[in-house]
Amino acid sequence: MSDKDIYQSHGINEDEKKLLLESLGREPTVTEIGIFSVMWSEHCSYKSSRYWLKELHTTGKQVIQGPGENAGVIDIGDNQAIIFKMESHNHPSFIEPYQGAATGVGGIMRDVFTMGARPIALLNSLRFGEINHPKTKYLLSGVVSGIGGYGNCVGIPTISGETGFDSSYNGNNLVNAMCVGLTTHDKIFYSKASGIGNPVVYVGARTGRDGIHGATMASGEFDDESEKNRPTVQVGDPYAEKLLLEACLELMQEDAIVSIQDMGAAGLTSSSVEMADKGQVGIELNLDRIPTRQKNMTAYEMMLSESQERMLMVLRPEKTQIAKEVFLKWGVDFEIVGKITNTNNLVVKHNNRVEANIPITYLTDSAPIYKRDISPRKKKSKPSASMKHDINIKDATLKLLNSPNICSKKWIWEQYDRSIMANTLNPAGDDAGIVRIEGTKKAIAISSDVNPRYCTAEAKKGAIQAVAECWRNIISMGAEPLAITNCLNFGNPEKPEIMYDFVKTIQGITQASKELNFPVVSGNVSLYNETNGMAINNTPTIGGVGLINDITFLEKFGYAMDNDQVYLIGNKGENLNCSTFEEIILGTITVDPPDVDLQIEKMNGIAIKKLINNQILSSCHDISDGGLMISLCELLIKSNIGANIKITNNSKILEQLFAEEQSRYIISVPSNKQDKMFEILDNASIQYQSLGNITGNQLKVNDKIVISLSELIEAFENLIPELMAS
Amino acid sequence: MEISIIRFPGTNCEVDTYNAVKKVLGTTSTILSCKDTVIPRSDLIIIPGGFSYGDYLRSGAIAAREPIMSDLIKKAKNGVNILGICNGFQILTECNLLPGALLKNSTLKFISKITNIQITRNDTFFSKDYDKNQSVKIPVAHHDGNYFVDQETLRAIEENDQVAMRYAEPINGSLNNIAGLYNNSFNILGMMPHPERAIDNQTGSNDGIKLFQSMLKSMSL
Repeated sequence: MSDKDIYQSHGINEDEKKLLLESLGREPTVTEIGIFSVMWSEHCSYKSSRYWLKELHTTGKQVIQGPGENAGVIDIGDNQAIIFKMESHNHPSFIEPYQGAATGVGGIMRDVFTMGARPIALLNSLRFGEINHPKTKYLLSGVVSGIGGYGNCVGIPTISGETGFDSSYNGNNLVNAMCVGLTTHDKIFYSKASGIGNPVVYVGARTGRDGIHGATMASGEFDDESEKNRPTVQVGDPYAEKLLLEACLELMQEDAIVSIQDMGAAGLTSSSVEMADKGQVGIELNLDRIPTRQKNMTAYEMMLSESQERMLMVLRPEKTQIAKEVFLKWGVDFEIVGKITNTNNLVVKHNNRVEANIPITYLTDSAPIYKRDISPRKKKSKPSASMKHDINIKDATLKLLNSPNICSKKWIWEQYDRSIMANTLNPAGDDAGIVRIEGTKKAIAISSDVNPRYCTAEAKKGAIQAVAECWRNIISMGAEPLAITNCLNFGNPEKPEIMYDFVKTIQGITQASKELNFPVVSGNVSLYNETNGMAINNTPTIGGVGLINDITFLEKFGYAMDNDQVYLIGNKGENLNCSTFEEIILGTITVDPPDVDLQIEKMNGIAIKKLINNQILSSCHDISDGGLMISLCELLIKSNIGANIKITNNSKILEQLFAEEQSRYIISVPSNKQDKMFEILDNASIQYQSLGNITGNQLKVNDKIVISLSELIEAFENLIPELMAS
Repeated sequence: MEISIIRFPGTNCEVDTYNAVKKVLGTTSTILSCKDTVIPRSDLIIIPGGFSYGDYLRSGAIAAREPIMSDLIKKAKNGVNILGICNGFQILTECNLLPGALLKNSTLKFISKITNIQITRNDTFFSKDYDKNQSVKIPVAHHDGNYFVDQETLRAIEENDQVAMRYAEPINGSLNNIAGLYNNSFNILGMMPHPERAIDNQTGSNDGIKLFQSMLKSMSL
């Protein structure tokens, strides 16, 4: 391989090569080129996004640890803390859906338990190509079994998620997995290495040749040949993860660990560099000691392998024996593989040779950082007046319920163990999943949200909406929204329009999270989600966590009950811009997504939470995709009951039923509690209107539109099972 | 009242089971390692759910050959009561304490949902507190719950009333919708549903409480 080729094949461009050679002042070894290439990859260095990520709102009195560690940490009172993060595993999941998705779940779990928390809930946000695209069925099936196969085996409930379909993901699906863990304030572990001479210990599965260059692969675009990258996809072993989890948590009860870091992307390289970098120390690794699966692995292979279920720790020397016993008891490999040094260099030795000797700052602070060109994309023109007068509301409703992004995802979530740990408090399909904190009256609610259609039409508005909807979904379960994580999935950042949208997205997230006191505590950026030059829709997934202090109110909350009165909270729908109705029923280009007035969002949300916490409401559902009509249908399907609804302004009936304007909820309240409800809403100056009542087994709108509950259920439930059976 | 819970590497329901015993029966149980060779004197031994040895080879197959199993089999033959839940059921069939086998679900997919179950009889160590033929809701969460046995044994099982519970409707391909099964001395119960996850209405059902209460009653007699 020529000199040029070796850099090129490692994803190092000409400028970066020059920087590398200047920094090092000599020719690098092959192992060093490998190390530079992964550390400078987009995936590890955030070279395109780092400049802008600094703008995110990351503080608040609930925040114990913001971005920069393996995961974010927030306070939930009583000396307890929640640790959580979301991460993408998009590229691997497209190449090998089962393993790609499975290892995505495994990786995010390690990010959480490496910080000392026992995982208590998982959720995921998935995007696939068009539902009838020839690959969708295969990818959906593989990704879902991969997620289930991993989480179910480790024994963590998957309690929430979202799945969307769009042609922009035909060549590049998205798998974003989030894990939430629980610990106490005194048991939070960080990655900052310290103590010159302290042993560096490798624990977990053995290192194999799988996943070499996964980070570089994940930092490039796809083309028709992408499947040949299959060998770069890691293979997961959830059983090994379970043992590693138990061993780590047991050792964390001892005062033995100085710092700990999971081996994720770029494996041994990034974990050792990050630990040393945070502690401003050097690290020396002796690769002769690395437990390997194959014989004769080279230093290059060991440093770049992305074998799963591995951790690196710095231990207090006097505790190494205790630590070793814990890991051996759980049947997990334990090896002292190096030490902390005062050189500030990464030194890698193998077979009595120095294979790498690199000042750590070259790999971190001095890594390339790009403030890439930005320029707004040409705005799509608004479609001319469409044929709205021909619409049959009943048909449109059933068609929307049967559309890929709205239909029931039961086929998916029935493959995820939801009830393990015996603390899951609500059925799947709710606005947010809820798990109780064992032994307390507290619970946490989690949700993930993004509307890529909005985010692509107008990045900033879309990002604000994603944060607001996540906040709203947590409110809908009566929880106090605390903080978010995010997964920013975009196309090629070297294209100024995409970079522009990325920057606008950051600004949108920042604005919404500031005003809603919903700070970002962790996150992940996934760029180059393109195939043959076609970028995915902008998909900044927001994962939020909220707290319920006393779950008593949940006993009688969640279902619309016979004779309940139904109300709309928020404004009447007035325009159908960028709605699912426009997309599915009118088939027009969707532009100009709905605005979010964050002040109204907050007012409405606070009032709703109060109504729920004071046990005034029977049920509450946020209004999002498909508008009021679809939210109402979802509530009725869940509650297995009908409703009688009146819409007053008939000239704008489509807008009222299907507009996706924001900050709105549909609620049901027993008649005898209405007065209390009015009092709370009026005192807070909340806009609301009566819609009718819950009754019977059909949905009637203005007495003219009648849809039986069984028709609703059939439309809602059948799409995915029929697809998968075909 | 001594209750032992056996943990294998990959078991993941031992804490839920421990908590359920504590919450419903008000008693602490002992979690044992499968590497132990002797099970202390117990009135009840529970093999909880999970993925022992990652379900590698066959679910339950490796666990059934662990050191602790010879003492378990000895105690089973001496009449000690044994409850196997999910992976525990699979292990009990793998070590031949219960007949038949649990194959992959007919859907070839993991299935997790609260399921309608019919409790067939109410005169055993495990079922005293239920009504005969009572319908209950208990979650299932498994990939290999498709009960299979040869026709002759199936006939014997049915004639001997060894079926402990059935799914109200087919969910995984199990013969005769079998969800839980006794041995022919009725001191061993293997079941795919997870009663330890059904002890609190807030988590969807408390229909599992009666199983624990039945065992308590039987042990106090």
